Amino acid sequence: MTVLERPRRATRGVGVSAPRPDGVPKVRGQFQFSSDLFAEGMLWGHVLRSPHPSARIRRLDVGPAWAIDGVRAVLTAADVPGAPTYGLEIPDQPVLAADVVRYMGEPVVAVAADHPETARRAAAAVLVDYEPLDPLVDPEDAISAPPIHPDGNVFRHLRIEHGDPEARGEVVVEGTYEVGMQDQAFMGPESGLAVPAEDGGVDLYIATQWLHVDRDQVARCLGLPLEKVRLHLAGVGGAFGAREDVSIQVHLCLLALATGRPVKMVLSREDSFFSHVHRHPARIWLRHQADRQGRLVRVDARVLLDGGAYASSSTAVISNATAFATGPYRVPNATVDGWVVRTNNPPCGAMRGFGAVQACFAYEAQMDKLAAALGMDPVQLRLANALRHGDTLITGQRIEGSAPVAQVIEAAAGAPLPAVGPEALPDVALPGGAGRTATRSRVRRGVGFAVGYKNLMYSEGFDDASEARVRLELAEDGPLATVTCAAAEVGQGFVTLARQICEEELGVERVVLAPPSTARIGSAGSTSASRQTWMSGGAVAEACRAVAGRLLERAARRLGTDPGRLVLAEGAVQALEGADALSVAELLAEGPLEETVTFHHRQTEPLDERGQGDAHVAFAFAAHRAVVDVDLDLGLVKVVQIATAQDVGRVLNPLQVLGQIEGGIAQGVGLAVMEEIVLDQGRVRNPSFTDYLIPTALDMPDVAVAALVEEPEPGAPFGAKGVGEPPTISSTPAVVAAIRAATGLPLTRVPVRPADIALATPGDPRP
Amino acid sequence: MTVTVARSVPEALQALAADPPPEVLAGGTDFMVEVNFARRRPEAILAVSRIDALGQWQQSDGQLRLGAGVTYTQLLEPPLAELAPALAQAARTVGSPQIRNAGTIGGNLVTASPAGDTLPVLLALDAEVELASAQGTRTLPLEAFLLGPKRCARRPDELLVAVRFPAPFGRQEFVKVGTRNAMVIAVASVCVVLDPGTGQVRIALGSVGPTPLRARAAEAYLAEQLVPQGTGPTATSAFELRDGDAALAEVRRLVAEAAQPIDDHRSSAAYRRHAVGVCVARALERLLRPAPGAALGEVAA
Repeated sequence: MTVLERPRRATRGVGVSAPRPDGVPKVRGQFQFSSDLFAEGMLWGHVLRSPHPSARIRRLDVGPAWAIDGVRAVLTAADVPGAPTYGLEIPDQPVLAADVVRYMGEPVVAVAADHPETARRAAAAVLVDYEPLDPLVDPEDAISAPPIHPDGNVFRHLRIEHGDPEARGEVVVEGTYEVGMQDQAFMGPESGLAVPAEDGGVDLYIATQWLHVDRDQVARCLGLPLEKVRLHLAGVGGAFGAREDVSIQVHLCLLALATGRPVKMVLSREDSFFSHVHRHPARIWLRHQADRQGRLVRVDARVLLDGGAYASSSTAVISNATAFATGPYRVPNATVDGWVVRTNNPPCGAMRGFGAVQACFAYEAQMDKLAAALGMDPVQLRLANALRHGDTLITGQRIEGSAPVAQVIEAAAGAPLPAVGPEALPDVALPGGAGRTATRSRVRRGVGFAVGYKNLMYSEGFDDASEARVRLELAEDGPLATVTCAAAEVGQGFVTLARQICEEELGVERVVLAPPSTARIGSAGSTSASRQTWMSGGAVAEACRAVAGRLLERAARRLGTDPGRLVLAEGAVQALEGADALSVAELLAEGPLEETVTFHHRQTEPLDERGQGDAHVAFAFAAHRAVVDVDLDLGLVKVVQIATAQDVGRVLNPLQVLGQIEGGIAQGVGLAVMEEIVLDQGRVRNPSFTDYLIPTALDMPDVAVAALVEEPEPGAPFGAKGVGEPPTISSTPAVVAAIRAATGLPLTRVPVRPADIALATPGDPRP
Repeated sequence: MTVTVARSVPEALQALAADPPPEVLAGGTDFMVEVNFARRRPEAILAVSRIDALGQWQQSDGQLRLGAGVTYTQLLEPPLAELAPALAQAARTVGSPQIRNAGTIGGNLVTASPAGDTLPVLLALDAEVELASAQGTRTLPLEAFLLGPKRCARRPDELLVAVRFPAPFGRQEFVKVGTRNAMVIAVASVCVVLDPGTGQVRIALGSVGPTPLRARAAEAYLAEQLVPQGTGPTATSAFELRDGDAALAEVRRLVAEAAQPIDDHRSSAAYRRHAVGVCVARALERLLRPAPGAALGEVAA
């Protein structure tokens, strides 16, 4: 176990808080985001979107748009030359709607014009005659309702049957929990630039999480061979899952190919809310049974996710929500039904935590309820059931890697509580903040605890490999390593880590990263699922080792010895015995060395018909203890402190780990008390940052990192686990548990709204 | 689209005499949001932020006259923050520092949002607005100026040049409920002003009606209930309510009754009605018994 402040001897390589190369430019406003792109003679694109959650398109007249001066292209579904639909896993989403629209915001017409305002006005001038239909908005209804899409309404139903169906426990608790629709709320709206190429293809500069999967979908819709569609990563202003799906990619390329000119698009904040997927709203029923000593005997669950109008990554999200429905506990017997369905709500897909977030809110509420029923301390109940290495999950998978669940629980629970109570805090630090609403005698403090977990990497047999190339050459001022990898830097810090890995493996001081592009190298997989450190970090490390091997071979030839008798250290190849040494610079004088490798994680397998299988590569765990102050009369909440401990395998960059922890907690706190896309019959009521609220500095608690537990993960490069998602998973239930502790209310839905506390019905237990 | 940058009030009024008159742009914190959302497509704009006179204020004869271009940041700084403490408290709740540097009190008035943060304060202070045009200047009480949601009595050829109200004046409290601890549109807000000399209380409510509202029944009730402690009312004396906690409950009821809230995506009508009652009671308690030594209406940093 380590704490963040542990002094490190090294100043380079893995393990140090290397600064971000893009940090200073971003803070100074000098970093080029995808919205800053420019090309000579470029046009501006705009997409007309459906105002209805469900409607038939009776007639579409683009004539009035063409009549506007400066309009260069007005495209409809009929102008899509290739496949009319796209999708991450199932191509069920139209590039442009033809006959029907299935959600508010669905693209209908794409326009290019000389000026962005002209493009907007032209889109507004298009006449679309809609016949509005009753939207299907209740996911429960969707299971049996008439299909709203040729593929049907059920994206996936899976069932996990584990252990003895007859097993029963003496103590039973049951509950139904709901999670509202959260948005990733990245700062940089969807934007990009498509440039038509002389070969009849197109170059697309775009902010995305996965260049190659975008490329495949775009090429298919354009009807072009893959090599004619080249995607290049533009500066990404945050992602959190919202850039995993195609949004404006095909539209931009269609417009560029139709006009023969570069076309740029930068979405407004409102359009941005309509053009990426959100976190799945969930309704989760759970029944826990335990023996009198608090050992879990069985869990029954039903998970229902609202996938919205199109499939996106719904089938994988429900897999997680179902597999992790019982939490990081030993559950010998379980039956879990997972459903994800199609509705006329906005499409939902990937967001940080990916199905594990919804499940954790529900099972952690249940663990507290069970502790109360048993008269047991909630932390002790969790410890008594905590998974550890060698345990079997409800999917039948044995945990072969590290699982320090008890360690993260104990560390987070043991962190010092805040020194100051609400009575001594300044006004602005009380619930209500700058609004000065609080009266100290009506502020109650509460403490809550939660622990959660999630898979790392993709699951169920998917081989999500990553390719990387490392070139080592002698530049004017010494050895220079160049890393080529298509891993998308979305803010997580791969650009820092790739350098650290090269420093560590090759001992070089100068490392540059080539711009990620499908034209340069194969897929690195998605920047999601907490996977890039492991996958692309692993690819870079292996490529470095391959280059180092070539260096040793070169040295061995020169020294007339065997490469096995040599080591690379401190910028030189040295003999294990004797004083022979050749500097890396000397060896590179012969010419550059370059190696390309593809890194794979160990193979997983699909789940069988009973939901059993070795489906996941590895797992990461985290625990959170939240301290909140609640205004009992107004229902306003101030999250005062979150103490956390996380299973990280090994810390590769302490500062970046802390950044992921703080950022993940911010999103977890947001879901707990404010973040929700408000829907009314399929209509989004708050598509703006005025009304979609995310935490400000005054809403962000103090974050106390009690421990980063370092138990190296077998098979993981450097033993490191991905750290991006766990902070988001159990922070939400910890905050809500703390609010329950302060108010005595059941609070079964997030986000908890002020009225849920202030107007709780008289039948509810009151403080 | 044309943009005219006025350097003086007469220059602005001359520009506004055009037919049709240009749209007035001050800090742009509401105006530009509407432009960005394509809800507003101005043909002609008159920018008034370079008119130095609009950014100035004067105090004389117990009256404060704030130029319409006074920013929220200016309201937060002494001596303005001491002359009009509730206005400073309201200004602190507006947006981020960047927004407070740009946004103006005149803009808040002309936008006439039911959730405009300074409006309940100005209403509780019985403020008047000055409207100027090529035809001359007229003065309207705020209640006559605010007509409905985003509707005010300014004619298109008029420029709102100033707002006036008594200052310093009594004890003041502004309290605002939002679902976030800063940078949030009010779900409900209240301003309560107590004149310790007369024992008179004025209450204004924000975000719970088409315009900010006065809670006059509650004010009248309090006029009967307020009892100074000690020999007679002085600037520093504490007050009691004749019927104690029962009176506070009645004030909450009367305030909730005065509210005309709606359900929307920010909150429910029921919560808004509840919240204004709680907030008025809390503000009143702070005003009745000012903490010894505490500066009234202190603005949190």
